[in-house]
Amino acid sequence: MNIHEHQARKLLQRFDVATTRGKVASTLDEAEQIARELGAVEIVVKAQIHAGGRGKGEFKNGFKGGVHVRKTPEEVREVAAKMLGQILVTHQTGPAGRVVNKVLVAESAEIAREIYFAILLDRATAAPLIVSSTEGGVEIETFAAKSPEKIIREAIDPLAGLQPFQTRKLAKQLGFESSQLKSAAKLFEGLYRTFVAFDCSMVEVNPLVVTTKGDVLALDAKFNFDDNALYRHPEIAAMRDFAEEDPREVEASKHGLSYIGLDGNIACLVNGAGLAMATMDIIKFYGGEPANFLDVGGGATEEQVTEALKILIADKKVKAILVNIFGGIMKCDIIAQGIINAAKTVKLSVPLVVRLEGTNVERGKQLLKESGLALIAADDLADAAKKVVSAAKGK
Amino acid sequence: MSVLVDKSTRLVVQGITGSAGAFHTRQCMDYGTNVVAGVTPGKGGQVFDAKVPVFDTVWEARQKTGCNASMVFVPAPAAADSILEAVDAGVELIVCITEGIPVMDMMRVKALMRGKKSRLIGPNCPGIITPGACKIGIMPGYIHKPGNVGVISRSGTLTYEAVWQLTSRGYGQSTCIGIGGDPIHGLSHVDCVKLFNEDPGTEAMILIGEIGGSAEEEAAEWIKMNCKKPVAAFIAGMTAPPGRRMGHAGAIISGGTGTAAGKIAALKAAGVAIADTPATMADTLIAQMKARL
Repeated sequence: MNIHEHQARKLLQRFDVATTRGKVASTLDEAEQIARELGAVEIVVKAQIHAGGRGKGEFKNGFKGGVHVRKTPEEVREVAAKMLGQILVTHQTGPAGRVVNKVLVAESAEIAREIYFAILLDRATAAPLIVSSTEGGVEIETFAAKSPEKIIREAIDPLAGLQPFQTRKLAKQLGFESSQLKSAAKLFEGLYRTFVAFDCSMVEVNPLVVTTKGDVLALDAKFNFDDNALYRHPEIAAMRDFAEEDPREVEASKHGLSYIGLDGNIACLVNGAGLAMATMDIIKFYGGEPANFLDVGGGATEEQVTEALKILIADKKVKAILVNIFGGIMKCDIIAQGIINAAKTVKLSVPLVVRLEGTNVERGKQLLKESGLALIAADDLADAAKKVVSAAKGK
Repeated sequence: MSVLVDKSTRLVVQGITGSAGAFHTRQCMDYGTNVVAGVTPGKGGQVFDAKVPVFDTVWEARQKTGCNASMVFVPAPAAADSILEAVDAGVELIVCITEGIPVMDMMRVKALMRGKKSRLIGPNCPGIITPGACKIGIMPGYIHKPGNVGVISRSGTLTYEAVWQLTSRGYGQSTCIGIGGDPIHGLSHVDCVKLFNEDPGTEAMILIGEIGGSAEEEAAEWIKMNCKKPVAAFIAGMTAPPGRRMGHAGAIISGGTGTAAGKIAALKAAGVAIADTPATMADTLIAQMKARL
């Protein structure tokens, strides 16, 4: 799950991580008011959407850039007017873009130096790892590949946590002056506490800046949360912005289904994440393009299967559907009944290939046969993939 | 022959009175697994299905029944604690089926298990089965057949697919291990490859991996140096987009690492035969076994 920049700032402030002064605005009056209260020499106005690349993005109204610096409250109002309610397109949003419902109005920091600083869960060592670099504001993956020697890593003992000496060592390695050591160490400590407190899988501050006055600030922060831990963080779960997500994925998650939309035209409904990925792969292998990843899980109910199929049928891009089930806990007759129920409520407008194997497979096949639905039955995985690919091509 | 579990395995089920725990305990017992105890805090003294004594703690279950393996069906918020409880009681093998355990909880479990003799399989896994002898997990028993192919996998249903292909071509399995789809888990691919390599009852292996992490690359490295037995592999997630979590929390491509292409290249370099599609996992292994004869 992702959150907005202004929400990330709130979480950081909870653990005394220094940021610039500022607030979020939903209206022009609010934007102007915040600018007035800040009384800063320069004020930055930032469009609040989840996607990156905001600064270089372009609004559909022709206005360029989702991040602007202004001097007076009136100018802030003027620039906010060009952003609020408008659609911003960046290299991460796709051509559809995202509606900007809020802008962050904050004092603009006079930057002397930019640093990259992230804490992530390293699966190889099963421990938190700090990854940082004196080269801030860059695309870290590309940078790490080009200049691996400039990446500073500090492993954290998961039971003991980040030690004070580690924060000082990091500060030195990152080139902080002795007079800045304390505030840098405090900021690192605050970031680590934020990381642990909210069950993050990553906290990335890019850039972390030193101002011309010598202040150390987290200028922008990106959080990744562990979805498995959201149950114990209701306030984080409440920050979820459904408008930022694929409506198909939102609908699927309401029914406890794991769905990810893709660009192809062959939809698939599978039980188990590994088999679902493998099904996408085999569709591609035989010359088709998967329209989605959809895992109905190990113990899905008849209703879940029905809802899953409805989501697939509602997708206008879809030219054929493949149901691939290896019944373990999930019984094949339940899947069959779910398909039959879905076909009763929504018209099955595209070819449906069904491959069933495992628990109660005979009963499942029998149910489908008796239903009189126009299905294409497949004997095994390869047969199913070939049939759905040719069905999507209208053969 | 087999690895980790066989007829001598004495199983305790943690969370035996929950609906999933009870259902799968019965399935395991029907398969022939020797279930000697159950644990549900507060329900000590009950008897499950008139056969299995229920205890409040794993410590008591271990004292009274000598259980040497545990199957964990405890809901995610309490599952990490249940694993640690079994470790503390000295249970040799812990199989955690539960999915959705917070990663930070597993991080602590992993750190606290260091230096302990217990082995962990999972979490978020189908379990382990030695066909005809012992089933600890949620896999459908009847698709398996005793034999000498070892199966290692991060995924549940994809494992069933491989097993079913083997069985329907007349090839049985020594043991099948589902190591789980979470980023932090117990036994790794390479741990299992080592076990199968040493097991005289295993003649060949199928290794099923997926995108994310570097466990398959590590297994490839070990196989290259040490493994003499034929190995076939399939890696799921060739078509998965970067940065998206594909159901399994562990299945995510980040920053160019953990891609299917990288894993396949590493395995090929180690002499492992790669199945192009999930439909040819067994055939790829059988061809590899015949080529080595």
